[in-house]
Amino acid sequence: MTEQKALQDYLIRLADSDMILSQRLCELCGKAPAIEEEMAVMNVGLDLVGQARNWYEYAAELIDDGRDADKLCFLRDALDYRNLLLVEQPNEDYAVTMARQFFFDVWHYFTLKSLVDASDERIANIAAKAVKEATYHLRRSSEWVKRMGDGTEESHRRIQEAFDLLWRFTGELVTPDDTDHAMFKAGIGPDPEKLKQDWFGMVREVAAQATLKTGAEDAWMYMGGKSGVHTEHLGLILAEMQFLPRAYPDATTW
Amino acid sequence: MNEREPSSVNLLIASDRVPANAHPELLTEDAIWALLDNVKDPEVPAVSVLELGIVRRLSWDGKHLSIDVTPTYSGCPATELIEELITEALRAVGICDPHINRVLTPAWSTDWITDVGREKLRVYGIAPPQGNASKMSLLGANEVITCPFCDSKHTERVSEFGSTACKALYRCRDCLEPFDYFKCI
Repeated sequence: MTEQKALQDYLIRLADSDMILSQRLCELCGKAPAIEEEMAVMNVGLDLVGQARNWYEYAAELIDDGRDADKLCFLRDALDYRNLLLVEQPNEDYAVTMARQFFFDVWHYFTLKSLVDASDERIANIAAKAVKEATYHLRRSSEWVKRMGDGTEESHRRIQEAFDLLWRFTGELVTPDDTDHAMFKAGIGPDPEKLKQDWFGMVREVAAQATLKTGAEDAWMYMGGKSGVHTEHLGLILAEMQFLPRAYPDATTW
Repeated sequence: MNEREPSSVNLLIASDRVPANAHPELLTEDAIWALLDNVKDPEVPAVSVLELGIVRRLSWDGKHLSIDVTPTYSGCPATELIEELITEALRAVGICDPHINRVLTPAWSTDWITDVGREKLRVYGIAPPQGNASKMSLLGANEVITCPFCDSKHTERVSEFGSTACKALYRCRDCLEPFDYFKCI
C-alpha cells in the first residue's frame, strides 16, 4: 500500500466513524430521556458532523476524482464505509448509548491528541480543533459511566450489561492494521502500542471508579469495520441517512 | 396568494445591490475593522464577531479585501451565516467580493473572547468563560461559575450543553434563575 493510499483510507475512516456515530446520536432527537440530555447528545453529534466534514473535505482533495465531501458521505455504500463497528451499534437504552460513547470518546481523545503532532499540517490543524471538543465529550461520557455504575442497583446492572454487550467491538479500536502501521510510520497516526495502553488505562481507571468490570484484553473481538465488513446495522443507517441526497441528486436547497 | 414570495425576492435583490454612492477605495483598514465590529454573532447577538475573537486577520489594499475567519466549533452551524453577514456588511459599503478564508489554526478557544465581549455576555445574561481554556483538567474538576444576574457563586450545573454547542446550562441557587454559561474550551 502506498503512503498516499493509506492516508486517504485513514482520513475516510476518521470521517466515517464521526459521521455514523453522529447519525446514531441524531436518532435520539425528540426522544432522549431528558431535555438536557437531548441538547447534549445533539450537540455532541453536531461536533462530530463538523469534524467529519473537515476530514471528508481533505480526503476529497487527495482522492481528487471529482467527488466532494457530500458525495463521499452520501453516495458510498456500506462496503465502502470504513467506520468502526462500535459506532454503528444501536442506541438501545441510555446505558448502552453512553457506554458506546465512552469507549469511542477514549479512543477519539487519544487518537486526536496524537494527530495534533502529525507531520501533515492539515491533519494537525483539524485535530487541534477537534481534540478540544473530544475532551469535553469524554469528560461528559465518563461522568455518566461513573454515575450509572456507582448509582442505583438498576443503573449499575444496566451499564454493566452495556459494557459486556459492547466489549466485543472495542478490540477494533486498538488493533492496528496495515493502514494504521503505515500512518504511524509516516509520522501521522498514533503509535498503535501506545494508543492501546492509553485506551485500556483510561477505560480501566474510569471503570474502577464506577465499580464496573471490564472484559479481557484478549477476549474474542469483532473486527472488519475498518476494511468495510460491517454488522447488519450499517446498511439501515445509510438507507436513512442517504435517502434524500440519493432521491434528489444535486439538490441545493433543502 | 402568497405574499411572502415577492418580498423575499425583493430583499434578496436589495442585499445584492451595491450603493451607487459607495467609495470603498476611500476606506481605511481601521474603518473596515470598525465595520466588522457591527457584525453580531447570530446566535449570541450581544457580541460582535470581533469581540468573539473569530476574525483573525484582514488585508485591504483599496481594491481587494481578504479576511481570515475561524469557526468556534468544528460543527458550528453559524459558520456559513457569519460569513454571509460579513459579506453583506461589506457589500453595503461597496466592497463587492471580499475573500473570506476559513482558517482552523490556531484553533479558537474562549481565551480569544475580548474583555469587552466578556462583559457584554454577562450583561446579556450569559456567564462568560471563567479561567483559562488550556488549564482545564480532563476529568472531573467542576468550576465555580458566577451567576450573571446576582453575582452569586452558589450555582449548579444542569447540563454540560445549553442552547448551543458553545454553552452549558446552569442554575443559580440564590436567585433561582437558570442561565447559560459560555463554556471554557
